[in-house]
Formats: sequence, structure tokens, C-alpha cells
Amino acid sequence: MENLLNIFVKSIFIDNMIFAYFLGMCSYLAVSKKYKTAAGLGAAVIFVLGITVPLNWLAYNFLLKEGALTWISNEFASIDLEVLKFIVFIAVVAAFVQLTEMVIEKFSPSLYNSLGIFLPLIAVNCSILGAALFLPTRGYDLTEATVFALGSGIGWFLAVVSLAAIREKMAYSDVPKPLRGLGITFIVVGLMAFGFMSFQGFKLPF
Amino acid sequence: MSNEIKKSEPLLSKKRKQLVSNPMDTDNPITIQVLGICSALAVTIALEGTVIMALAVLFVLVLANVIISALRNTIPNRIRIIVQLVVVASLVAIVDQVLRAFAYEQSKALSVFVGLIITNCIVMGRLEAFALGNKVWDSFLDGVGNSIGYGWIIIAIAFFRELFGAGKLFGIEVLGDWYVNNGFFATPAAACIILGIIIWILRARSGYIED
Repeated sequence: MENLLNIFVKSIFIDNMIFAYFLGMCSYLAVSKKYKTAAGLGAAVIFVLGITVPLNWLAYNFLLKEGALTWISNEFASIDLEVLKFIVFIAVVAAFVQLTEMVIEKFSPSLYNSLGIFLPLIAVNCSILGAALFLPTRGYDLTEATVFALGSGIGWFLAVVSLAAIREKMAYSDVPKPLRGLGITFIVVGLMAFGFMSFQGFKLPF
Repeated sequence: MSNEIKKSEPLLSKKRKQLVSNPMDTDNPITIQVLGICSALAVTIALEGTVIMALAVLFVLVLANVIISALRNTIPNRIRIIVQLVVVASLVAIVDQVLRAFAYEQSKALSVFVGLIITNCIVMGRLEAFALGNKVWDSFLDGVGNSIGYGWIIIAIAFFRELFGAGKLFGIEVLGDWYVNNGFFATPAAACIILGIIIWILRARSGYIED
């Protein structure tokens, strides 16, 4: 339990997807102009991460890893399909995103209107694939992987919402003309990343 | 391919030259189109890895552009994203295997970011915006232009980060013993700020203003 809590807090603050790894930056910058759209995409990221990472964990541990196929037959013990991990991971993500989009469109038009337009964006959000690619190196079990995914999603949500809030306020400031828009946003993100670096020495008491 | 070109225009007409030259300057994928930021910030801590990353993107983007452009009339619209992702993912798998075989240390240092070329928005963005609607040779040029436009920006960031962060270039000591390494430049936050300043300079020069 403590271990899970630790992973959760760590993935939100210390290993924040945006400020520590810069994953999902493109959509992060594109949607952070307005607070509302930012919150919408953030929620969609939490949702998609929370489901595709466990799915990819299953795919990795029962299909791709060396010796993963032994559940079919012992003859497969020496097979290592790790080469295929990029194709399998991205296929899982893209297929799941497309599926969710169709399901939401069919059953909940109101949710589709608020969330649906962001879903196609998410298939190419690096934080989703990035989280899946971290799996082989970190050796989580299934629960840990799920907690890690949710934590990363919440961290991403937090980052995008706070940047959107700052950018909305920034409309009132007098930024030098060529720096307006993207330039100043990068500098703000850099400063925010500094803020988040202070979490690095942060340890839970257990 | 050669038939198409004879019908239309010379192999390197003015318009085609612009396909290559525009993305390096006035239509740069990073500073103007805002694509491919993740890797631009994350891999730029040292020049060597950055150059490898730029070459990997060049390889993937050019080939993906050519393949998708060649297939553009046969791909059904509804599933085009998945088709594009599969093409790109296969190319990235090749790059990853080659790097592991010939540059293992660098491949370990780049870690997940080689895999993340798949979701590098430059690749998807160019496939969606250009290769799906243009001929093979044009798409090839567009791929070359955009990946060089991407490459020179990340190499510029890496130059400053490695020079001031470690006093080195390509791992060779250049600033000498008197220089105290500035840890600030080794952090990812510095990459953001350097990129912000590069954008500032480029836009001040070109007069492009975002409102």
C-alpha cells in the first residue's frame, strides 16, 4: 500500500510527465490557451492513460517480453518479441482511442461534445506512448503500473490546467511583440519546471 | 514517379526548392508550426545524442512521407491514422535496432525518446498535412526540409546546453579548467528557456507575430 502511494505521489510531482520528461508537449502547448479546453484534454489524458497502460502492460508481459509466451507452451520460452513493442503499443493506443471515440459518440453525445474532439489528439500524445515505453525499464506489476498511469495522468492534468490559468492571466500583460504566444509560453513552462524541480528532494515518511 | 514529374515541372523548380527551404526558416516545424517539442527539449542535453536524434528523425520522416505519399490513394480515410502509425512505428523499430547494434551507449542515453519519434508530432503532422495530398517527390522534399528545420533547432539548443552545462562540445573539453559547470543548463527547464529565446530571436528577425 505504501509502495503504491509512493509511486502515485512520485508520478504526479517528482516524475511529472511534463516537467521532468517533457512528454505530450505538443498538445500541452496547443490546448493551454483556455482553461476549459485544457481541463477537457487533461481529463481525457487521465482516462486514456489509466486504461491503455494496463493494457500495454498485459501485452508486454504476456506477448512481447522474452519468455512471455510460456503460458501457451514451454517451447516458446526463448522467443523474444521485444522488437515489436513500438508497433504493438501504438496499435493498442490508437485502436483504444478510436474505439472509445465511437462508443462515446454513440452512447453519450454530451460527453462526446466536451471530450470527443480531444480523443484523436490523444493517439499522438507522447505521454501515452511514453508511459507505455517506461514499463519495460521499470518492472512494475499490474497494480503498480495502473497507479503509475493514473498518477502520470493527474500530473499531466495539473500541469496543463495551471499553464492555462497562467496564460489566461498573461493576456493582460505587455509582452514584447516577437515573444508573444509561443516564446513567452516556453519561458513560463521553464520557470514552472523549476518550481517542480523542488519536489525532487521530497520523500514520503515511510 | 518520373512520368509525373515530366508532366508537371522540373525536378527542382522554384516551388520545390521552397519545400526544402521554407521549413528551415519561415515555416520552421518547431518555432512556427509548434510540432515535435517533446524530443526537442528532452534529448538536447549533449550534442552527440542530439545529432543522432536529428538523423533518426530525418530517416523516419523522409521515408514515412514517401511511403504514405505513394499509398495515399489506397488508404481509406477513416483508418488513415492507424495506417500512418503502423508505417512510422515500423520505421522507428528499424532505427531503434540499428542504434542498438551500432551505437549502444547512445541508444541507452536516448532511452524512450527514440520510440517516441512515433508520436513526434512533426512526423504525424507532415503526413497529415502534406504527404496525404501530394506527390512522392514533393513529399520527399518536404520531409527533407522539415527534418532539417527540426534538426538545426535541436542542435542549436544542444550546443548551448552542452557548452554552458558541461563546458564541452561533442564530449570534448572546450572551455578549460577555469570554467565552473553551470548545472542550470543541464536541467530540462533550461531547454525550455533557451528554446523560448531562440523563438524570440527568430521571430524578431522575421517579423512574425502571434496574437
